Amino acid sequence: MNADAHAGDITSVPKLLERNVALYGQRPAYREKEFGIWQSWTWSEAAKEIEALALGLLLLGVAKGDRVAIIGRNRPALYWSMVAVQRTGAIPVPLYQDAAAEEIAYALDNSGARFAIVGDQEQVDKIADVREDLPGLAHIIYHDGQGLRKYDHADMTSLADVQAKGRESGDKAKLKALTDALTYDDTCVMLYTSGTTGRPKGVVLSNRNVIETAKNTAGFDHLTEKEETLAYLPMAWVGDFIFSIGHAYWAGFCVNCPESADTMHADLREIGPTYFFAPPAIFEAHLTQVMIRMEDASRLKQKMFHYFMAQAKEVGPRILDGEPVGLWARLKYAVGDFLVYGPLKNRLGFSRVRVGYTAGEAIGPELFDFYRSLGINLKQLYGQTEATVFITQQPDGQVRSDTVGVPSPGVELKITDAGEVLYRSPGTFVEYYKNPESTASTKDPEGWVATGDAGFIDPKSGHLRIIDRIKDVSKMQDGALFAPKYVENKLKFFPNILEAVVFGAGKDRCCALINIDLTAVGNWAERNNIAYSSYQEISQHPKVLEIIKGHVNAVNETVAKDEMLAGCQIHRFMVLHKELDADDGEMTRTRKVRRAVIGDKYDDLVTALYDGSASVYTETEVTYEDGRKGKIKATLQACDASVIPVSPQKVAAE
Amino acid sequence: MNAMADSYVTEDGRTIGGVLMDLREITLRFGGVEAIKNISFDIREGEIRAIIGPNGAGKSSMLNVISGFYKPQEGEVYFRGALRPAMKPYQVARQGIARTFQNIALFEGMTVLDNIMTGRLNYMKAGIIKQAIWKGAAEREEIENRAHVERVIDFLDIQAIRKTPVGRLPYGLKKRVELARALAADPKLLLLDEPMAGMNVEEKEDMSRFILDVNDEFGTTIALIEHDMGVVMDLSDRVVVMDYGRKIGDGTPDEVRGNQEVIDAYLGVAHD
Repeated sequence: MNADAHAGDITSVPKLLERNVALYGQRPAYREKEFGIWQSWTWSEAAKEIEALALGLLLLGVAKGDRVAIIGRNRPALYWSMVAVQRTGAIPVPLYQDAAAEEIAYALDNSGARFAIVGDQEQVDKIADVREDLPGLAHIIYHDGQGLRKYDHADMTSLADVQAKGRESGDKAKLKALTDALTYDDTCVMLYTSGTTGRPKGVVLSNRNVIETAKNTAGFDHLTEKEETLAYLPMAWVGDFIFSIGHAYWAGFCVNCPESADTMHADLREIGPTYFFAPPAIFEAHLTQVMIRMEDASRLKQKMFHYFMAQAKEVGPRILDGEPVGLWARLKYAVGDFLVYGPLKNRLGFSRVRVGYTAGEAIGPELFDFYRSLGINLKQLYGQTEATVFITQQPDGQVRSDTVGVPSPGVELKITDAGEVLYRSPGTFVEYYKNPESTASTKDPEGWVATGDAGFIDPKSGHLRIIDRIKDVSKMQDGALFAPKYVENKLKFFPNILEAVVFGAGKDRCCALINIDLTAVGNWAERNNIAYSSYQEISQHPKVLEIIKGHVNAVNETVAKDEMLAGCQIHRFMVLHKELDADDGEMTRTRKVRRAVIGDKYDDLVTALYDGSASVYTETEVTYEDGRKGKIKATLQACDASVIPVSPQKVAAE
Repeated sequence: MNAMADSYVTEDGRTIGGVLMDLREITLRFGGVEAIKNISFDIREGEIRAIIGPNGAGKSSMLNVISGFYKPQEGEVYFRGALRPAMKPYQVARQGIARTFQNIALFEGMTVLDNIMTGRLNYMKAGIIKQAIWKGAAEREEIENRAHVERVIDFLDIQAIRKTPVGRLPYGLKKRVELARALAADPKLLLLDEPMAGMNVEEKEDMSRFILDVNDEFGTTIALIEHDMGVVMDLSDRVVVMDYGRKIGDGTPDEVRGNQEVIDAYLGVAHD
């Protein structure tokens, strides 16, 4: 491929940009829906915008090695900002747009950012709140000026103005020299990990990390310049960086930005991406929506749906995997595609998905099969920020719900005796910023990184299977294996259950705290004429508790069948009166539960579950989006579930 | 009066200009009922003027006189210094006045976008034949007007409901669409009839922010009828108080707050 031919002198993302202008100059590189229509920029146009911005940044005093924070929702201007910053030899540090002011302050301080490029007034206000704690922050650049007219512009400029000055009086020669000087080992980006324990750390990724990974994995899925993707995941997250910058610049395809968070689904349908990534929560949400709406449909449609979905379940995944399927079955599937799967995929926006990935949390098998049976090539990958995402991924034709795939090209994998997964690859991060102790404890001198996950290679398929976080995998009182995530994922498959946290380490039995999904349960309540005025109220409704009990019992049945993990059945559970939330510190910004925090915060509930109490009164502190705090009070019922007796087994995780 | 005619700059940097609309000795009768008794007040360019008073005071009628829906039996209306002859409401709209309605007067079956586009009717000149042909003048006009409307949609942050039929929207969003339609007309004077009715605190804060932004960014003069005293006192530059068709107060929020007649008729006294 033409792209590979230039590989030799590509040492940075700006160099990839130059190559793309040469090879794909007139092809669309970025699109954004604004004022109701899709505005687009070709690679040439984008390169010019990036150059103007980079020249303007130099005039503002951005120097080589400076860290520049980027905060805002996905917009072409902010992606250009990242590359423009790289062109000047500085380092972009994207941060989460919905982080509270103090989280942003921490990251700005820790990274020593001198400049911040932000999306809109909301971000400007947040920084203004903590400005006095950030003496190192010299200048703020904003993109959308709405509401900012009256603000003091002493150290604030609009992005458009920065570009204008850049075009007017920028030093092109100086910029070119800085860009050309970038080496393969220079820092490409710094990303803060979500930090399930302790404070977030700044992961430093080099050009080598990003470009080698992008090159290897783009080849794995044969990504071309014709792909279309939707950029909607947080720019601060490594996943978005590797897809929207790494892959996009390597393969030369187009990145589309939605109009707003609310319009994401509509925009997804309009773009019809060919390469799509979403955390399992998004696929779950879609499935819930579909199921809810099917309940509203006419009898004929419901019958059609259930008949053809059953058909799809049987043969869909096999057709996708290219396995032999009988002619009659194929015919029925084709009819199903015309009547049901096609329209359904269209509704979801997945009509053109050639490669779809999910990762971050294990996905329920039924959920996974649902999408694959529709003919959507959904696959799993496993990775982390420190690996520039890719550790393992599933090849086409070898997709299963319970594995995470084979090592990605260039990645070496090792499992320790304790069952921890280790990897080494060209994408392995350089270091944690200003944190040599953490770096040393994560990455050994030979470059092997401990993932912190417990897993094993499945002998039948050769794929990696992840059980849980290694520090969460432990033993119960009788020595049986305790892997909470395994059970939690099974629970979360039910649309009514949004989150679950299972306790049991060192105890004689397992108990769980469960969050109901308000969309699904609210819908059910409406259908059954049950009135409620808050999440708190509906979560404790006796009929809702019955439903959840049913789900827990069903999960217990399947868990009982797994030899290794049969001890993890849930004996008692409580439905929480409020949703677990990142703003309350109970989850990370990528929606991973913080087990220790939850165990502490709700220790009165856990105690009640284990000491046999029927109910417990509790008061919980909540933090609102703007940082204010409040209290929620409730009396929670503890429910008993049916457990299937199994003979206790002592097994080692292999 | 002359001192008032000069423009001045407020504390927060907005410029209030000369008199935009002047209502002189307006009397409005419906048969034997005198809804408005000899009321005079003016509205200055760039200001936010509140009209307050108990229910039945004649506030909505006053708004209807301003918008040309009612023709007062006595009195004169001056708009931008010139006497305004008897006009139909659509002619008044062409002059640059737009309004919202207390009980929402949107087309429930049409989408939000189409409703807001109707606010641009005064800017659409292509007749029925040209529209039927479509290509050429009609299409160009539609695109131009659509661009204006999209800016308003962006300003009020309602992109997500662009294609939703208005009938399906919750009350708070309908009010925002009403406001959008009025704004789409690019008015010099915006009349808001109880914009905060039926809203909770958060929604009121949002609506207040929009009203202030409209006044600030576009320099639109705003006259609003409102019952929420907090909103009135915070938002408005000057207030007119009506009671049983008479004007009983006219001045800045502080002046009106201290006026005994206003207190007796409407505001009441705080009890410790």
